[in-house]
Amino acid sequence: MRTEIQIAGFGGQGIVLAGVILGEAAIIDGKNAVQSQSYGPESRGGAARSDVVISKEEIDYPKVLNTNILIALSQPAFDKYISEVSKKTVVVIDKDLVDSNDKSHFRVPFTKIADNLGRKVVANSVMLGYIAASTGVLKRASLEKAIKKNIPAGTEKINMKAFEEGWSLGEIGKSTKKVK
Amino acid sequence: MDKTNYDRIRKILEDKHYFLQGDIACAYGAILAGCTFFAGYPITPATETQEAMANLMPRIGGTFVQMEDEIASISAVIGASWSGVRAMTNTSGPGYSLMQENIGYACMTETPCVIINVQRSGPSTGQPTEPSQGDLMQTRYGSHGDYEIIALAPNSVQECVDLTIRAFNLADEFRNPVVVLTDGEVGHMREKVEIPEYDEIQFAKRKEPEVGRDEYVPFRAVDDSLVPPMATFGSGFRTYVTGLTHDETGLPCTDDADKHTQLVNRLVKKIARQRENLTMVEELYLDDAEVVIASYGIASRVALNAVRSLREQGVKAGYFRWIGIWPFPEEKVRMLGEKVGKIIIPEMNLGQIIHKVKEYVPDTCQVVGIPSIGGRIHHPDAIIREVLKLVLSPDKVGGVKD
Repeated sequence: MRTEIQIAGFGGQGIVLAGVILGEAAIIDGKNAVQSQSYGPESRGGAARSDVVISKEEIDYPKVLNTNILIALSQPAFDKYISEVSKKTVVVIDKDLVDSNDKSHFRVPFTKIADNLGRKVVANSVMLGYIAASTGVLKRASLEKAIKKNIPAGTEKINMKAFEEGWSLGEIGKSTKKVK
Repeated sequence: MDKTNYDRIRKILEDKHYFLQGDIACAYGAILAGCTFFAGYPITPATETQEAMANLMPRIGGTFVQMEDEIASISAVIGASWSGVRAMTNTSGPGYSLMQENIGYACMTETPCVIINVQRSGPSTGQPTEPSQGDLMQTRYGSHGDYEIIALAPNSVQECVDLTIRAFNLADEFRNPVVVLTDGEVGHMREKVEIPEYDEIQFAKRKEPEVGRDEYVPFRAVDDSLVPPMATFGSGFRTYVTGLTHDETGLPCTDDADKHTQLVNRLVKKIARQRENLTMVEELYLDDAEVVIASYGIASRVALNAVRSLREQGVKAGYFRWIGIWPFPEEKVRMLGEKVGKIIIPEMNLGQIIHKVKEYVPDTCQVVGIPSIGGRIHHPDAIIREVLKLVLSPDKVGGVKD
């Protein structure tokens, strides 16, 4: 049974790192994970996408096939990938960066929350907290461990605060579909 | 490598498991194999190996040199190898093209070295961040003249570690360049990796001269392996190294057809005659297979998914994967073609290994390629569709051109 998560946005939003953290957390949980990425030649500003496949079994195809969770952090990414998801997909968007008229999509101001904390770049940690709490896809402790392992030294405090904020919001929205 | 050195490396790679990128896994494999020299020039999607090596080499007493280009990089690696160390470079796309001349030089001078080619989409600068399997034939025939090469194609991050180690052993055993053919996808994806323990790793050694300095003839094969013992620079033995046609003493003799024939035949034979021992394939679901999907590298991950889906649908599909691409496992492929009359080959190019397959399977065997370029990894459905076409209406498919 595969759990497939796709994070899409533009370079510089920490899309790839968020995918790495999800994958690493899955490994800490004792599962298998493959994280892959695609991006253009620009390091910032171009389209960026990170796929994470998590499974208790061996993972053959390394990319998403039937996305369980799509997280869109930019309008172009949303427009590009929304057509590829099914009705069962949990779609999460950054409220202030993506316009969607589908009421089933979850709107969260990830970037704004991060900005209020003092650093926009921790929006991905907010997002990870939200996804973890609302979908139950990975254990909180594993994610926290994976975050600490992958972020630059000296940013632990703000990243964990960001994760916490995301987690609280996710708890509220827990009535949302559980993803196994 | 002895246990003390291994333990020193494990102080750096202290975890048993890592969630690692393929490129970095190649670097870890290299240091576990005892590589102490890396020269390279950064290029997407191969740069991560170089970043890792730049970090690791100084910590293990090795040398990392960022060269001015890829020609210089392979040259430095060849020179380092002659000083007796295990040496490696890595590159991609245009950088690999630049290395071709000196890969031939390494074959001609019988210099052990490892080249990791993280294949990206070409021709030319193409799509720097996109994966491809376009360098298969270039790896075999890219340098001029007749030669043999050994090439391995990992399809997982774990295999990036394991096959890089294997590549160093084969390079030393055969005194030949060995290419690890990864691609932008395998190189950039992250998976769980287990670091092998000391007794799980095999360490091959270069054959050294067993005679005195006066009797040593540097390019004379002394046994059935046809691989001459190698006296490295500084060991006191007289050695002359040239890319020109040379006799057993190593000195040039460029107008002697017999000596050239003798030399090149030996270079080719030392690898070709070990074809069976060098055969590395993975075979699954073949016992009752009516159709087989044959692939390598990243495409094989899709193929395995497709085979499993087809099995669930009741289609008797089999899975065949090349781990070693060159030398080509002719006998295995011939047997596969005799056993299963239908072979489907997804490749991230417009058709390369398919030509080798057609060369060895019987004429009655249907061989259909599924090309995918542009950086797009095959979707399992694309393979499944092709299999169903072939299994359900073989007459119609006969007309499908690859």
